[in-house]
Amino acid sequence: MLYNILTSYAMRRTGAAAVTMAAASVIIFAFIHLIPGDPTYVILGDGATPEQAEALRIKMGLDKPIFVQYVTWALNVIQGDLGNSLFFQAPVLEIIADGAETSLLLAGLTMIWVILIGIPIGMLAATRQGTTVDQTASGLAMFFASVPTFWVGLYLILIFAAWLGWLPSSGYPSIFEEGGLTNLRYLLLPSLALAAPNAALILRLTRASMLDVARQDYVRTARAKGIRPWQVTTRHIFRNALLAVVAAFGFTLAGLISEAVVTETVFALPGIGRLVVQSILRRDYPVIQGVILIIVMLYLVINLCVDLINRYLDPRVELE
Amino acid sequence: MELISSWLAPFMKRRLSLFGLIVLISVIFAALLAPFITPYDPLAMDPIGRLQTPNWQHWFGTDHFGRDTLSRVLYGARLALLIGTGVVGFAMATGVPIGVLSVLFPRIGNVLMRMVDLMMAFPALLLALGLIVILGQGVTNAILAIGVVYLTTTARITYSVALRLKAETFVEAGRSMGAGTWWLATRHIIPNLVSPLLVQASFVFAFAQLGAASLDFLGLGAPPDIPSWGNMLAESRRYITRAPWLLFFPGAMIVLTAFSLNLVGDALRDRLDPRFRDELANKGKP
Repeated sequence: MLYNILTSYAMRRTGAAAVTMAAASVIIFAFIHLIPGDPTYVILGDGATPEQAEALRIKMGLDKPIFVQYVTWALNVIQGDLGNSLFFQAPVLEIIADGAETSLLLAGLTMIWVILIGIPIGMLAATRQGTTVDQTASGLAMFFASVPTFWVGLYLILIFAAWLGWLPSSGYPSIFEEGGLTNLRYLLLPSLALAAPNAALILRLTRASMLDVARQDYVRTARAKGIRPWQVTTRHIFRNALLAVVAAFGFTLAGLISEAVVTETVFALPGIGRLVVQSILRRDYPVIQGVILIIVMLYLVINLCVDLINRYLDPRVELE
Repeated sequence: MELISSWLAPFMKRRLSLFGLIVLISVIFAALLAPFITPYDPLAMDPIGRLQTPNWQHWFGTDHFGRDTLSRVLYGARLALLIGTGVVGFAMATGVPIGVLSVLFPRIGNVLMRMVDLMMAFPALLLALGLIVILGQGVTNAILAIGVVYLTTTARITYSVALRLKAETFVEAGRSMGAGTWWLATRHIIPNLVSPLLVQASFVFAFAQLGAASLDFLGLGAPPDIPSWGNMLAESRRYITRAPWLLFFPGAMIVLTAFSLNLVGDALRDRLDPRFRDELANKGKP
């Protein structure tokens, strides 16, 4: 029975995500056409000859109806063909894949900081509601939610790289190259900078969610039964409060992808974020389009996973 | 008078919120009075007096062109205020009608809110960057790009609050007495949206500061000759070890402004009808 409900929820939720992706793909396809100018020149760059433009026009089927163009493009995308970069003269997918290692490791490390900092301090603030500990933690959280990540990053570079010389200030050599896992030290400062506002967000959410659950009847029952206070906190309150926090991981991770654009630029990391900025400055539109497509896809998959996990943790969760 | 004191009450109770309100008013004054209170022309260069540490002539020091940082920071408040009001104005002018119409006419609403959800499938900064590519750079386009991002959250919040209002007894009573849709919207629903939207506006204003600073920092926002806080940070980045104080002042202004707006938003939210607090708890950020 439970299994049935679960799978049918999973099916509907996955279906909804697929529909959203399909609709988003139309917007992403339209992106190239929305840039002012002839799409062939947008893609080839201003230096293209009329012959090249004509060849591309036929290759892209720009003489065909827009619907046919979309289907052709979508079929190519499904087969992994996101077009070619103007700057690198190479497939867009390969270029994005080159930046994936940096970006994924950066996001992973950042999430670890977010969880390690946000959840315990949020719990602490909630259990000490109204005390100096709570006020300090909540105040700091709101402060860090108001700080631009690049400002934190620049100060981390100044202190830990320039003054103390403990950590490298920029770049990132792959962990598969010389140095191996010790290369992760290049991502330490960037991940901390990126974690600052997000840990603050999770801290506030953990605190609010804990306080919310603490008011529930079953918590009062648990206390009335004489269960030790710390056991009530960890077993009854924290477990239930975690649901809202897990749900927030989705949009936190999505926020990370977005904010990483700035962080990767500050620390000159060879990731997808910096690729976007450089591609915008180079007018390398196919790469921009490809990155948007991949990130939106990733974002939808992350949110789908988070929803499915939440449904597993709390079967009462229903589709909106 | 009573109205003013009722709005000021949450600020009087918490000193931190009062601090936020005072900072915010100071920033507004700095922006409005910039030409009269700045000691130097923010664009005047002085090649001999480059990269001066803070001193009595230049309280905040000078940058790599010898321009006075204090004057530039004060002028930066103008752009911050312009971006903030522009983004809030755009987000409210588009998001509120979308939200209200969707509640009043559920058939159109289904389509409209699906479109809003679709736009929310694009991460915030990425959506803004994509729009900048289409629209081109500049202050107005930065406002539009960031405004579209917050259009979605504003529409969502308006929708959920208005949906709750529609189910309230007083709206039902109005309808049973023969009130038309227009009457219900203008007399019952929209007036009750004002307080929750004021809270939302202060958060959007805060996030707009951070968004605009990011765009400027990436070189995709305001043109480099405009003294904005983000541009100042982008320029002083190259002198990070030689002139670290150049990083401090513009960054501190961004933080102070955004922090104060968040404090004010929080204080206003506490004043709000408890029924609507959930709607605004975490949805300010896309």
